[in-house]
Amino acid sequence: MDLLENLALGFATALTLKNLAYALFGSVLGTLIGVLPGLGPVATIAMLLPSIYALDTVPALIMLAGIYYGAQYGGSTTAILINVPGESSSVVTALDGYKMARQGRAGPALAAAGLGSFFAGCVGTVIIAAFAPPLTELAFKFGPAEYFSLMVLGLIGAVVLASGSLIKAIAMILLGLLLGQINTDVISGVPRYSFDIPELTDGIGFVAIAMGVFGFGEIISNLGRPAEEREVFTKDVKGLMPTAQDLKDAFPAMLRGTTLGSLLGVLPGGGALLSSFAAYTLEKKLTLKPHEVPFGQGNIRGVAGPESANNAGAQTSFIPMLTLGIPPNAVMALMVGAMTIKGIQPGPQVMTSNPELFWGLIASMWVGNFMLIILNLPLIGIWIKLLTVPYRLLYPAILAFCCIGLYTLNNNNFDVYMAVIFGLFGYAFYKLKCEPAPLLLGFILGPMMEENLRRALLLSRGDYSAFLTRPLSASLLVAAALLVVVVSLPSIKRSRKRAFEEG
Amino acid sequence: MKIKSQQDFWSGLMFLVSGALFAWGAIANYSFGSSARPGPGYFPFGLGIILALLGALIMFEALTIETEDGEPIGDIAWKPLLVILGSVFVFGLLLPLVGMLIALPLLVITSSLASEQFTWKGTLTNGVFLTGFSWLVFIKGLGLTIPLLPAFLQFAG
Repeated sequence: MDLLENLALGFATALTLKNLAYALFGSVLGTLIGVLPGLGPVATIAMLLPSIYALDTVPALIMLAGIYYGAQYGGSTTAILINVPGESSSVVTALDGYKMARQGRAGPALAAAGLGSFFAGCVGTVIIAAFAPPLTELAFKFGPAEYFSLMVLGLIGAVVLASGSLIKAIAMILLGLLLGQINTDVISGVPRYSFDIPELTDGIGFVAIAMGVFGFGEIISNLGRPAEEREVFTKDVKGLMPTAQDLKDAFPAMLRGTTLGSLLGVLPGGGALLSSFAAYTLEKKLTLKPHEVPFGQGNIRGVAGPESANNAGAQTSFIPMLTLGIPPNAVMALMVGAMTIKGIQPGPQVMTSNPELFWGLIASMWVGNFMLIILNLPLIGIWIKLLTVPYRLLYPAILAFCCIGLYTLNNNNFDVYMAVIFGLFGYAFYKLKCEPAPLLLGFILGPMMEENLRRALLLSRGDYSAFLTRPLSASLLVAAALLVVVVSLPSIKRSRKRAFEEG
Repeated sequence: MKIKSQQDFWSGLMFLVSGALFAWGAIANYSFGSSARPGPGYFPFGLGIILALLGALIMFEALTIETEDGEPIGDIAWKPLLVILGSVFVFGLLLPLVGMLIALPLLVITSSLASEQFTWKGTLTNGVFLTGFSWLVFIKGLGLTIPLLPAFLQFAG
C-alpha cells in the first residue's frame, strides 16, 4: 500500500541519528520557549532562520517543526502551574488546569495535557499522511484564479481567529499586503517603494518584521506593565499519575478535541489557537456527569480537550503548507521562508520532487511527539526551575539572540535597523489593540497574491468574473464570504467575544 | 464631536494615512496599466484605496459608537520604548565597527537599564554569560560570520 510505503520512507529518514538529534533539539528548545512566557515559536523560528543556511534541508525543517509542536507542550505546563499561558493556544488550558493545580492535582492535569497532546499528535500525523497526497492531486488543478481565491479564504480565515475587532483585523491584513508590495515587481522588474535604498528593492526582511513586531514590541509592552507576582506550584507536583476515573473522564474529551483540532487545523487561518478555543467551548456545552466538578473549577476535561485540540491543529496546519505552499498561520509562513532559503519552492511538487523531505518531516512529527511525552513528564521539575529566571535577565537574552539573528541574515546591519522601526510599529499596534498576526500573514501572502491576481487577469483579459465562473475558485470565494457573514452575525459576534474573554 | 474610542480613532487614522500614502505612491510613480494588463501600480493602488476606506470607517465608528470607558490608549512606556529600541539601534551601528565582543555586552547592559529591577551584578554576569554563549553557539557551533573584534584589531592581528 502506498501509504505504508511512504510512511516507511518517512520513518527511515526520520530515524537516522542526525535527524533524531535535530528532532530532539527542536522539541526540547520548543518546550523551553513554550515554558518561557513572552517568547513564542514565531520569534524563535525567526531567530533560527539564519542558522539553517549551515544545515541540510531535512534536519533543518525537522528542527523547526519540533520547535512548533514542542512549544504547545511547554505552553500548557506554565498555564497549569502558574496560570500564565506560555503560548496563546494554552490560554484556555489555564482556566481549569490552574484550578486543578491549586487543588493539589497538578500532576493529573499535566498528565492529561501531555497524554492528550501525544494522542492528538499521533492522529494528526496519520491524517497528514493520508490526506496530503489527494490534496496534492487537487492542487495541480489549481490555476492562478484558484490560488488567488484560496489566499483570500486563508486571509479571511485568519481574521476569524484574531481576537478584537473584525474590521481592524482586515485592515491589518491589508497593511501587511501593502508592506509586501515593497519589493521589485516580478512582472515588470520595477522597484517599488524602495526610496532608492538598495536593500529595500529585495523587499523588507520577513524576519525583521517578525522580530520587531513580535519580539521587540512584546518586550517593550511587558516592561511597561507592572511586574506580576508569580505563584508557582512546584512542591505539589508529585503524583503524576491520574486516577482511573480521571482517565475515564479525559479520554472522550481527548477524542473530541483531536477530531475538532484536526478539522480546524486544515482550514486556512486555523491552527492551534482556534482549535483549543473551539474544543473548550464544546466540552463546556456537554452535560456534566454527577461526580464532575463544573468547568472553571478544575474539570480535567477542560484540560484534556483543548490540549488535544491544539496539538492536533498544530499538526494538521502543515497540510496546506505542504500540499499547496500556502501558509495558514505565521509559524507556517516561517516554514515556507525556511524552505525558500534552502532552495525549495513550497507547493504541490514538493511531495514528488523531495519525497524524503516530505515524508521525513511527517514521520519526524510523530517521533518528536513521542520524545516529548517521555521527556517532559519526568523533566517537569527542570522546566519549573526555568520559570524562576527573572524577566530582567531573560529579555536582554532574547534581544541579544534576535540582534545576532538579524545581523547574520544578510551579514548587514540594515535588517537590525528595520527591526527597530517595526518594534516601534509593534508597540503602536499593541497600544491601539491591533492584532499583529494577520499583518504578518498578509505580508507573506502579498507578493504571491499579486502575482496570481495579475496572471489570472491576464488570462481572462481583465474580466473579474473569471474568479466566479471557475467552480473551484468560486466555491473558495463563497466560503470566504460565508465566513465573514457568519462572524459578523450578532449572535456569533457575542459568543465569539465571550469565548475570547474567557481567556 | 467627542471621540468615543481613542484606540479605534487613532488606529483608523493610521490605516487611513498609510493606505492613502501607498495608493498615492503607486499612482504617482508606477504604471497602473489596465485590468487586462495590470501594471506594477495596479495591486498596491487598489489595496491602498481599500485600506484608506476601512480606516475611515473605523474612525467613523470610533466617533459614533458608544463605549463604556472611552477605550483610552493609556500611558506610553517611553522609557522601555526608547531604551530597548535605542540599544538595538546602537548594536546595529557598532557591530560591524567594534565586533561582537564589545557590542553584545553593551547591548545587554544598555537594554537592562529599562528594567525597574536593574542590578549591576546581575546585568554584568548576564552580559558575560550571553557573550560567551553566543560565541560558542553562533560562531563556533553554527559557523556564522560575525565580526568578533574591532576592525582595526583584525587588520593588525
